[in-house]
Amino acid sequence: MTETISGSRGLSIEEPLLFEQGSPGQCGVDLETPPDLPDHLGGLRRRQPAALPGLAEPTVVRHFTRLSQKNFGIDSVFYPLGSCTMKHNPRLNEKLARLAGFADVHPFQPESTVQGALALIDLAAHWLKTLTGLPAIAMSPAAGAHGEFCGLMTIRAALEDRGERRTRVLVPESAHGTNPASAAACGFTVDPIPATSRGRVDVGALKAKLGDDVAAVMLTNPNTCGLFENDILEIAEAIHGVGGFFYGDGANFNAIVGRVTVADLGIDAMHINLHKTFSTPHGGGGPGAGPTVLSDALAPYAPLPAVVHDAGGFHLVEHAAGSGLKPCGRIKGFHGQFGVFVRALAYMMSMGADGLRQAASDAVLNANYLQARLSGELTPSFDGPCMHEALFDDRFLKDSGVTTLDFAKALIDEGFHPMTMYFPLVVHGALLMEPTETESKETLDRFIDSVRGLAQRAKQGNAAEFLSAPAHTPRRRLDETAAARTPELRWRPEKKV
Amino acid sequence: MRYLPLTEADRRDMLAAIGVSSVDDLFRDVPPAARRDGPVDLPRHAGELEVERRLSALAGRNLDAGSVPFFLGAGAYRHHIPAAVDAIIQRGEFLTSYTPYQPEVAQGTLQYLFEFQTQVAMITGMDVANASMYDGATACAEAAAMACRITRRKSILLSGNLHPHYRSVTATSLQYSGFTVDALDPDPLDLEDLLGRIDSGTACVVVQNPGFFGKIKDLGALADACHDAGALLVVAVTEPVSLGLIEPPGAMGADIVVAEGLGIGNALNFGGPGLGLFATRDKYVRQMPGRLAGQTVDADGRRGWVLTLSTREQHIRREKATSNICTNSGLCALAFTVHMALLGGEGLTRLAELNHAKAVQLAGKLRSVPGARLLHQTFFNELAITVPRPAAEVVARLADRRILGGVPVSRFYPSYPELAPVLLLAATETTREEDMDQLVAALKECAL
Amino acid sequence: MSTVYFTKDHEWVKVTGDEGVIGITDYAQKALGDVVFVELPAIGLDLAQGAEAAVVESVKAASDVYSPVSGTVVATNQAVVDQPGLINEAPEEGGWFFSLRLSNPSELDELMDRAAYDEFLTGLE
Repeated sequence: MTETISGSRGLSIEEPLLFEQGSPGQCGVDLETPPDLPDHLGGLRRRQPAALPGLAEPTVVRHFTRLSQKNFGIDSVFYPLGSCTMKHNPRLNEKLARLAGFADVHPFQPESTVQGALALIDLAAHWLKTLTGLPAIAMSPAAGAHGEFCGLMTIRAALEDRGERRTRVLVPESAHGTNPASAAACGFTVDPIPATSRGRVDVGALKAKLGDDVAAVMLTNPNTCGLFENDILEIAEAIHGVGGFFYGDGANFNAIVGRVTVADLGIDAMHINLHKTFSTPHGGGGPGAGPTVLSDALAPYAPLPAVVHDAGGFHLVEHAAGSGLKPCGRIKGFHGQFGVFVRALAYMMSMGADGLRQAASDAVLNANYLQARLSGELTPSFDGPCMHEALFDDRFLKDSGVTTLDFAKALIDEGFHPMTMYFPLVVHGALLMEPTETESKETLDRFIDSVRGLAQRAKQGNAAEFLSAPAHTPRRRLDETAAARTPELRWRPEKKV
Repeated sequence: MRYLPLTEADRRDMLAAIGVSSVDDLFRDVPPAARRDGPVDLPRHAGELEVERRLSALAGRNLDAGSVPFFLGAGAYRHHIPAAVDAIIQRGEFLTSYTPYQPEVAQGTLQYLFEFQTQVAMITGMDVANASMYDGATACAEAAAMACRITRRKSILLSGNLHPHYRSVTATSLQYSGFTVDALDPDPLDLEDLLGRIDSGTACVVVQNPGFFGKIKDLGALADACHDAGALLVVAVTEPVSLGLIEPPGAMGADIVVAEGLGIGNALNFGGPGLGLFATRDKYVRQMPGRLAGQTVDADGRRGWVLTLSTREQHIRREKATSNICTNSGLCALAFTVHMALLGGEGLTRLAELNHAKAVQLAGKLRSVPGARLLHQTFFNELAITVPRPAAEVVARLADRRILGGVPVSRFYPSYPELAPVLLLAATETTREEDMDQLVAALKECAL
Repeated sequence: MSTVYFTKDHEWVKVTGDEGVIGITDYAQKALGDVVFVELPAIGLDLAQGAEAAVVESVKAASDVYSPVSGTVVATNQAVVDQPGLINEAPEEGGWFFSLRLSNPSELDELMDRAAYDEFLTGLE
């Protein structure tokens, strides 16, 4: 193929950095002239203005539009990224979050002027508590890992209030990396629990590690292999038997919403990723929200603020004194991810109790359909039905010269976002596919055709085409080693050519 | 249901392909005791129109800032957001993408994160910045922990001029970390002696500029004292627009700068989501938490971007990670980047000048309010004043007159009676002169 | 005359007199992939046998390097800090990490010689 003169390729247009464009005379905003008054800066006026380029609005809009065209999003492609729940993000959520009564409200306005905002937090909390069956909730965690941190801090505060200093937290090897990191951040030592050959927690090994120094067991259910931990009641009983708490990682709550009552599983605390289960956008990596439901025993120790209600309306509890609570403190500025709550509540109200249950059913159905129809060509890691995601390992690629990574990159050329690779760590060369309930059967069938076709090609000895994939993207494989050896983390003026 | 594409016929075909007779069979690993037979006790599904009506009704029960004279700040500042910002962040390729772990199909996200990191480094006067944190308060806690890792010391000193939420989030987050957090009393008059408290055990001093009570300070001497003692200076900024006009923390000797980026590109949203900015010196980059986009080349030698230095992060390091943070504020960072691109260096300076001039104008008008006293003569766009009666009462009375007249400091420090008269008032480019006149007229009646 | 010993964590120590040079094995560097970063101990640091002594990172993995024997750090290899790729190119030569003055040479008896290590690796396959 002849290279173009510009370097662009039709719809894939080369776009320089902001800092390589513009000129000092340009500006993308028009501001009023300030009143002419002497300054009160005490001589601390900035000596060297930030060297940001001047750009008019058309240049800025085109720049970011072109950048957007270099991205895969759920809106444009099937995005079966296991454990990430890339479901459709309804636009109604976006519209409602932008209502002035939600978007243009300050966190420290007098309570009388934000009754609607407090009512919204309370209503979102009501839905989440009802869906899980747990009686209390901390709304302020900003994301899943922050929810884990919230739950473990609450557990620690409850234990200390009992006069107990427990040091260990048990975490399965298959857990997300955030679990051990969050436990460490709360001052616990992490004790890993192995998995069985069935992809579940080894209950015998777990029980052997229990003792009166164990603060909590953290368990993701459905787990990161996409399987339901069917011994969960026995695990709950065991940890409760030694006086510890049972923390549920709700990252995969989307598989069981409306079909399983979390409280009935013996769970004491669980965070809920609103940006997964409740359809709020991932936005290229955030913002998320990780409200954490709590048992009655843990409720008094939840971090502040809390929304309460009495005859006078809604109130925000911001201080422990006089509240009757024993909060573990405050873990987030202001009152949590309010804008995310609006979106999640709009979704919950749209779906309703019936729709949420149907969504979980369809998510599990879609994953099992993928698993069933791909098992002939790929190698599923475990027998039996999966929940919301299907896990394969790389045995089907044995001796093909193609790795899981190569296979995933070839899927990009087929117009699909790759599945999650090399996670969970408990199987070799993992390929974890989570279709979600918002994909049609037609989409799944097209994906299945591509995956099966690629698997056949790999087995037929076409390794070379996999190794060079992707070929049809704005950039081909990027050199991550060079990036890490000599980190260039910002544009610098002297680099301008 | 509008978000579910499967038809009953699809479901039947798919169950047949799987070889089971019903979806219930797929849930057979769930213990029977935990299975639900029917839906939970919540309303059934609803159409767009109905949901919009119900949530609009809730929104209507709030007094939105744009509809009344508005003077709130205290860590969240109301600025005008150019229309182009929202148009860009609503593009589905940005809105509905995940963390850019597959760089070949995420160059758009990666390039803007690289641009964001550059903008943050430039405005704070630092070498490098990460791809954002949850918010300013959590970034502050992360910075304090990072300073302890770098210095291998355990003692964190928090100024009384640091935002109360930053103080409590830092104290809460690090209470089981083995570090000690010494938070000085709130300091409305800027009398505290930080220099005298630095010793050989101090990992860092955390200050805010402009301070919570509005005052701008030269931090040069404090930076020198920290460095002489082997400690780091962490500077928090709650109003990013101030960086357009005030000497940036990097130029004053800060080692780590954290900020709330909410004011640029992002609406107030009742305080969340926020946008944590985090910047530091090159030499500390491997101790920095959070994601980082870095420049590299592709297989054809063309410039591109990837997430890099991820071995610091939880998905590789697990319990040894620099932080448990995973999700960041990607879309808020995009909004910031677009707004900052529209401003440019010149626009940022002019916006900051306009904010400052509005505050100077407000300070002048407040002189006519009997009993109102300005605590500091140097400030950016927020003033701390004392009023003759408890500020919380004054604010409530103003709200009755549909004026959102500032933030009473007692809201944060109810157990400090001496702070009861202190009121924080912010002015930005969105504040009109007639708003100020209304405030001043109402204060003359409400504050006495 | 020097002798090389190996650990089950894939470190090697080459001992000459009372001094030991330490690095990671060829097997370890292959398992890690391209090394991008190394953190070395401070000179003068006393290390117990099995203590975390250094960190080695590739793009996708980070690993602690444990001291095979007890001793005091007497030298570190700045070359691998500047060029981490040396660890991939010559793990048992130019890619060494640091050297120790051994405080308890009898600990060497617990380590493997090359033949035993090769056999150990065969067992891992």
